Amino acid sequence: MTLHQTIATPATEAETLTGAQIVVRALVDNGVEVLFGYPGGAVLPIYDALFHEPRLEHVLVRHEQGATHAAEGYARSTGKVGVVLVTSGPGATNAVTGIVDALMDSIPLVIITGQVPTGLIGSDAFQECDTVGITRSATKHNTLVRHVEDLPRVMHEAFRIAASGRPGPVLIDIPKDVQFAKGAYAGPAEATFTHAYAPRLEGDAAKIREAVELIAGAQRPILYTGGGVINAGPGASEALRDFARLTGAPVTSTLMGLGAFPAADPQWLGMVGMHGAYEANHAMHDCDVMVCVGARFDDRVTGRLDAFAPGSKKIHIDIDPSSIGKIVRADIGIVGDAGRVLQAMTDAWRGKARRPAETLKPWWKSIDGWRARNGFGYIQSSDQIKPQHALQRLAALTEGRDLYITTEVGQHQMWAAQFLPFQAPNRWMTSGGLGTMGYGLPAAIGVQMAHRDALVIDVAGEASIQMCIQELSTAVQYDLPVKVMILNNEWMGMVRQWQQLLHGERYSHSYSSSLPDFVKLAEAYGAVGIRASHPDELDAAIQAMIDSPKPVLFDCRVSKDENCFPMIPSGKAHNDMLLGDSGQDIGAVIDEAGRKLV
Amino acid sequence: MTPVPNASAYDLSAAPEAERRATFAVIVDNEPGVLHRVVGMFSARGYNIESLTVAETDHAAHTSRITVVTRGAPHVLEQIRAQLEKIIQVRSVTDVGADPEGVERELALFKVRGQGPERVEALRVADIFRARVVDTTHESFIFELTGATAKIDKFEVLMRPLGLVEISRTGVLSIRRGPERG
Repeated sequence: MTLHQTIATPATEAETLTGAQIVVRALVDNGVEVLFGYPGGAVLPIYDALFHEPRLEHVLVRHEQGATHAAEGYARSTGKVGVVLVTSGPGATNAVTGIVDALMDSIPLVIITGQVPTGLIGSDAFQECDTVGITRSATKHNTLVRHVEDLPRVMHEAFRIAASGRPGPVLIDIPKDVQFAKGAYAGPAEATFTHAYAPRLEGDAAKIREAVELIAGAQRPILYTGGGVINAGPGASEALRDFARLTGAPVTSTLMGLGAFPAADPQWLGMVGMHGAYEANHAMHDCDVMVCVGARFDDRVTGRLDAFAPGSKKIHIDIDPSSIGKIVRADIGIVGDAGRVLQAMTDAWRGKARRPAETLKPWWKSIDGWRARNGFGYIQSSDQIKPQHALQRLAALTEGRDLYITTEVGQHQMWAAQFLPFQAPNRWMTSGGLGTMGYGLPAAIGVQMAHRDALVIDVAGEASIQMCIQELSTAVQYDLPVKVMILNNEWMGMVRQWQQLLHGERYSHSYSSSLPDFVKLAEAYGAVGIRASHPDELDAAIQAMIDSPKPVLFDCRVSKDENCFPMIPSGKAHNDMLLGDSGQDIGAVIDEAGRKLV
Repeated sequence: MTPVPNASAYDLSAAPEAERRATFAVIVDNEPGVLHRVVGMFSARGYNIESLTVAETDHAAHTSRITVVTRGAPHVLEQIRAQLEKIIQVRSVTDVGADPEGVERELALFKVRGQGPERVEALRVADIFRARVVDTTHESFIFELTGATAKIDKFEVLMRPLGLVEISRTGVLSIRRGPERG
């Protein structure tokens, strides 16, 4: 047996490849360099073909959920498709959480699952499950491949569907006998696709002109941008910056859109939404023209819908027609790629003389007033590490570094979004739509695979990190020096916060009374463990984490009962925020209807 | 049949809009699982299916026609259409119900049991509706009736006191008038 033989296209038509070789060859031909997976009985032929293919780097995770999140981190930090390879049955079901996560956050993934041989499908065979049935509502598209002759087309089409339009996960389920069967291979260029799928990229010119007119006439415009701008590529972020400069409008963004517009820019307001910036939420509420680009009016953004930006006309730009009008009705809905539409709007704006910059002066004066309120204010402590302070120190000590941040889900995630400044797209990986605890560590591994020399930090909580802690072993195996900064308050912080505010301080099952010793745990995995409990130790600990050439678990013991503010309470409007230093009785603020909301 | 829920958990106002019935003709690639995707979209997003018919209609093009009858406020119906069009295997979606050129038909089978004057009356009503008798015994008929949904509903109301035992309906089929396709 020869190692490191590439799988070449057969020289003659009579020459054929096995299904497994077709899979591997199609991955290479679609530009894949890295895939994340876990072998098992039903994918052994594909793993055998991988063994001979030096152009593909396979990362062996410790749990299939980790593979999907790692692929998401890889995809989100590179703009490429993330690839996952898992076996049938439990391999597939373990991957479902990450697949839904990618669907909710529009991350392009191709997931290949093994399946029992076609003759055994439906017989409750060992490690059989109805993978395409289970993942139908979890994917943008999925297919069970019953014939090897369909395999090249299905593989190439999967990459096209995953990456184009509104990106998302595409799953291909391949029975083991199809992996062994021999068939002809044709490259992506020769593939003829069977579906009518053709997402619209260019916005309607008349609507673009209309939108530009509306923005030009606005007294209080705002740009509200989302993950769609990041997905549209770095050019879209450039176009956003140009358009913002040209119009002089303030810019806010969803959690998913952070980095598309630089945090250092004076036109940046900070994140919008339930835990967004005071100035961003007030500006959203008071605006007269809202330009939503690649965002979807998520309930975490809008708060109470009938009080959402009541005095505004809304322009909604989205590549997914079903996003427009789903939650909030748009006065002008433009279907198209965020970058192309922003570019077209920029061109249309430049084509005409526009209002003088002074028109927006009163608007900026109001914004400066809200900024002066310092909505992210918190009470500093001299003997406890405040989580906000820890993140401010992290931001200060990593300034100028080639930095990527991932997070888990909860209070620490919101604080990271509030206190870490993002200047460029693709630098911020977080689970927004599904809110998946356990996302951050595997996502960081995926990011580090794509950016080997960068500093990759997972901002975590002590509860979330335990959901995929096993991936520390992956990081050690592949020499991926990811840093996990655990803001350890011993509570499921966001659950505790809601129980305090909404459930009469009845802290039902939100305290973990037997946490592991994270320093020893890190050492057990072959990583580095660091701990800090006092503000005086903080900077040195962060520096040690950054300087370590190895994966690090940093157990940062923070104050236990800190709440995340500002907060738009359930069922309230944007200008009805609670602030950290206002001393309001929060339980009394939320009414019965609000209490029932998620 | 449950009403369509609010699009958002935060829409506390929930000002209800007038609902209307809509018949969508959905042309799909005839692939395994495509019906599940269409039906799954309805159940996952809380939309209601009042009737559903599906069969392959173009063997050469490998396409099937799914006719689905639903109900909702105008913006909900628009959202249903957009969600249908988002499915990769969906080729086209037409709101046949909103189209004045749209034709809708259903086929139904009615089993009616009775003797004496009721039996005679059942046969007379069937004649008025131009229903066909496809089976008979001394104490029963099976009628076959084709027509718009309203006609079939009306026939059911009239047959109920005349010994209606069982109904089987195909659900709505639809097509557009005139020589053009689609």
